[in-house]
Amino acid sequence: MTTFTLDDMRRIMGGCAGVPDTVDLADDIGEVSFVELGYDSLAVLEMAARIQQQIGVRIPDDAVDEMKTPQAAVDYVNRRLAA
Amino acid sequence: MTERTLAGGERPVVTGIGVAAPNGLGTQAYWSATLDGKSGLGRITRFDSERYPVRVAGEVSEFDDTEHVPSRLAVQTDHWSHLGLTAADMALRDAGVEPGELPEYAMAVVTASSSGGTEFGQREIEKLWSQGSQYVGVYQSIAWFYAATTGQISIRYGMRGPCGVICSEQAGGLDVVAQARRLLRQDATVVVTGGTDASLCPYGLVAQISTGLLSTRDDPERAYLPFDAEACGYVPGEGGAMLIVESQAEALARGARPYGAIAGYGATFDPRPVQGQESRSNLQRAITLALEEAKVIPDQVDVVFADALGVPEADLAEARAISAVFGPYGVPVTAPKTMTGRLYAGGAALDLATALLAIRDGVIPPTVGVRATAPAYELDLVRSAARDGPVRRALVLARGHGGFNAALLVTDL
Repeated sequence: MTTFTLDDMRRIMGGCAGVPDTVDLADDIGEVSFVELGYDSLAVLEMAARIQQQIGVRIPDDAVDEMKTPQAAVDYVNRRLAA
Repeated sequence: MTERTLAGGERPVVTGIGVAAPNGLGTQAYWSATLDGKSGLGRITRFDSERYPVRVAGEVSEFDDTEHVPSRLAVQTDHWSHLGLTAADMALRDAGVEPGELPEYAMAVVTASSSGGTEFGQREIEKLWSQGSQYVGVYQSIAWFYAATTGQISIRYGMRGPCGVICSEQAGGLDVVAQARRLLRQDATVVVTGGTDASLCPYGLVAQISTGLLSTRDDPERAYLPFDAEACGYVPGEGGAMLIVESQAEALARGARPYGAIAGYGATFDPRPVQGQESRSNLQRAITLALEEAKVIPDQVDVVFADALGVPEADLAEARAISAVFGPYGVPVTAPKTMTGRLYAGGAALDLATALLAIRDGVIPPTVGVRATAPAYELDLVRSAARDGPVRRALVLARGHGGFNAALLVTDL
């Protein structure tokens, strides 16, 4: 895998933390905060664990705290993949 | 917090019922099946039980976890909470309670749980052993916990009044209603209460089998026969019921139509069994306490919903307690749980819902499977077919594993 896309992120979000009632994950959700999307801190922690297993990128807890939006998560993973 | 004594108009009433039972999902489906004597017992399908000594159970087969519970909520909760959330939603709708329109601190939640989220835990334990600790999901931390159903109901509807969980196995379904009543004497005006359990996974079943009280018979029609000479233990089941409890004055003021009132309650605990001696039961004392509080004499009770463990020694103890209070063959006794199996924390909550429906419709649902009550029990067991009432007062009995006894009397209004 060379890049991690927003679609990859959507798949992980829906797969491990469920699909929110009020938002369609297929929408332009990149810059919408996880909180607004209906995902709490436990949900984001769960997503980080799945990214780690599926993509092989380790995400320390401090970095999880900084991932406020799906796009921020995508960018973080891609930076680590490029490094 | 100060406690008030409830005056007549403030007595607790049940205004909403939600049922998730092996023989019917939804109150109406359950009640019709129960009156018709339709059992929900069958071979276990949730996992391959072939190599386990217990292979028959009561499963809520119509229930679809992803259909009945919103996705975000479903991933972080166990099947037992899914059944509880669904029943609570039904109960709120039935009561006509709109949580969004009520003061959030006046709404309380108290549910019963016995096993917690064992099926969820089983999946996570499997990941731990087969893949490693990194694969264990974060939601294990909140899904297994006994209070998870209460907490998720509280969050879902914004009910921020007193919340709690009671773990006294089968007695829990009645103990929570007593706690709900206590909360109404404080600041709560609406309490979501009741209970569910669902522990039909290998881990959950093995824990239950260790008591030695479960039936190992393979024929679902002959596996659970309380008070029968052929009684051979009980069949486990999943599901339960949720109830909405509020004060009569408040309920009537908002135009609700209560099913009945909580008139009396008693709880006792059994002494520790001594090896070589017949164990002593304090169930009779719980019955007397409930009747005394309700100021009802035994002759005024129209039906007893028995705990009906299906284990001869326990059946005899219960029959003696009933006969001691009501006299031999002194009151109709029934055990509709023969159609669902024992639902643990959900069992007595469902019996209570059933008792209220019996009062509403003036009919006593039957005990199925039992061909002949053992004569020593001296019980008037309502067998085979429903019996016409009237039913104005119903007593529900429950015994929780380890010595819990509870009795709760419900009356018409």
